[in-house]
Amino acid sequence: MSSFRFTRAAIDGQALRNELLDLHCGGYASFEGWVRNHNEGHAVTRLEYEAFEPLGLKEGARIVEEAVKRFGVTRALCEHRVGELALGDVAVWVGVSAAHRDEAFKACRFIIDEVKHRVPIWKKEHYVNGDSGWVNCERCAADAHSHDHHGHHHHE
Amino acid sequence: MTGTVKGLVLAGGRSTRMQQDKAVLAYAGESQLDRAVHLLRAKLDDVRVSVRADQASEPVRARYPQVVDAGDIQGPIAGIRAAQALDPDAAWLVVACDLPLLDEATLGTLLASRDATRVATAFRSSHDGLPEPLCAIWEPASRAALEEFLATGRNCPRKFLINSDTLLLDQPNPRALDNVNTPSEFQATSAQLAQPAAVRMLRVQYFALLREQAKCSEESLSSGAATPQDLYAELTARHGFTLPADMLKVAVNTEFSDWSRPLASGDTVVFIPPVAGG
Repeated sequence: MSSFRFTRAAIDGQALRNELLDLHCGGYASFEGWVRNHNEGHAVTRLEYEAFEPLGLKEGARIVEEAVKRFGVTRALCEHRVGELALGDVAVWVGVSAAHRDEAFKACRFIIDEVKHRVPIWKKEHYVNGDSGWVNCERCAADAHSHDHHGHHHHE
Repeated sequence: MTGTVKGLVLAGGRSTRMQQDKAVLAYAGESQLDRAVHLLRAKLDDVRVSVRADQASEPVRARYPQVVDAGDIQGPIAGIRAAQALDPDAAWLVVACDLPLLDEATLGTLLASRDATRVATAFRSSHDGLPEPLCAIWEPASRAALEEFLATGRNCPRKFLINSDTLLLDQPNPRALDNVNTPSEFQATSAQLAQPAAVRMLRVQYFALLREQAKCSEESLSSGAATPQDLYAELTARHGFTLPADMLKVAVNTEFSDWSRPLASGDTVVFIPPVAGG
C-alpha cells in the first residue's frame, strides 16, 4: 500500500499504527488533525474536504519519502480523509516509526507541515449562521478584487 | 441604475498614414470593421458603427446601424460624443476598428470588471501604462465631463480618461490593443494572423472555489491559449473567477507545471487554488 492515501471512510488510527510496527523500532509518533468547532472566530458546524487525488497521491508520497530520507526513520504513513466530516472526526493521520523517538517526532511534524502546504486538498467550512467558505481562498479572492477597484488610480 | 452597455465601433478615421481606408482592410478575408462588429455582437445586443457624414454610404459601413458625427469636433471623441447624444443613458463600450488583435477574452474582461459608478472602465496600456480610451466602457456620467473638457479646447480621449475617475485594468492579452497605422505594420500583422491559429483541444478540471464559480467539475474546450497563463485569462473572462493567477498553482497531466509551459492538444489542465489540507 502507498505511504500516502485518501479515504472516504473514517480514519482507523489503530489499523494504520499496526502497519508501522517493526522490531527494529524503539519509538513511534503520530499526529491526528481533528475537525474543531471554530475557526477565526466563526462557529463551525461541519467541513468538506475535496482533493485533486491523482496529483495529491503523488505529492503526498513524495513528502513521506522525503521525510524517511531526511530523518532516517523506518516507516511513515499519512492518510487524509475527503468528503463530509463532522465535528470531532479525524481529518488527517500521520504516523512514523523509528529507531529513536527524536527522528520519529521530527519526521511526523515535517509530514503534516508539508502536507498542509503542498498537497492539493481544499477545505470548505460550514458555519452556524448558514454561511460557508473555502479556507484560504475566499479572503484572498476578496483582497485581490478590492485591490483592482481601489489600488490603481492614475491621475495627472 | 447602471444602464445597459451598447457597442460602438469607431470607423470615422481618415487613415492618413495607412493611405487606404482602415475599416475595409481585410485580415484573413474579413474586414477590420466586420471583425470588430462581430466581436462586439457576441457580447452586446446593440452595436453601432461611428462614421463621419461623408462616409455613411460607404458599402462596408452601410451594412450596420450607424451613429453619424455631428458638430465640429475632430477625432475619435466626436464618435463617442455622437453616441452619447443618441443614447445618454447607455454605457458605451467603444472600440477602434483598427485593432486586429482584439480578442474575446479582452472584451470579456472589460465587461466583467466594469464599474458603473466610475466615469469609465479601461485597460492600462501594456506599452506605457496609460489608459487605452479606444477599448473602454464610457459610462453615462462621462458625458457632461466630456463636454466641459471639450469646451476647454482639448479633444484627446486619453487625456480625458487620465484626468477622470477611470477604473484601470490589466490586459489579459498584452498585445490585444496594438493598433495598426502604417502599411508596414499591416503587412507584419497580416503575416502573423495568416499563420493557422493553433487551436488545442484541452480538458480542464475544476476543484473547490473554481469548481463552484465555473459551475462544473470539468469541461473540454478548443482554445487558442498557448500556455496555462493564457488559458486562465481566457477562462477567467468566461467564468468570472475571482482568484488571481498569482495565488494559484497549475498542473498539466497530473503534474505541477510552469505557467509558461506550451500546451498541446489532449492536455488536461488543473488550476490549483490555495490548498488547505490537514
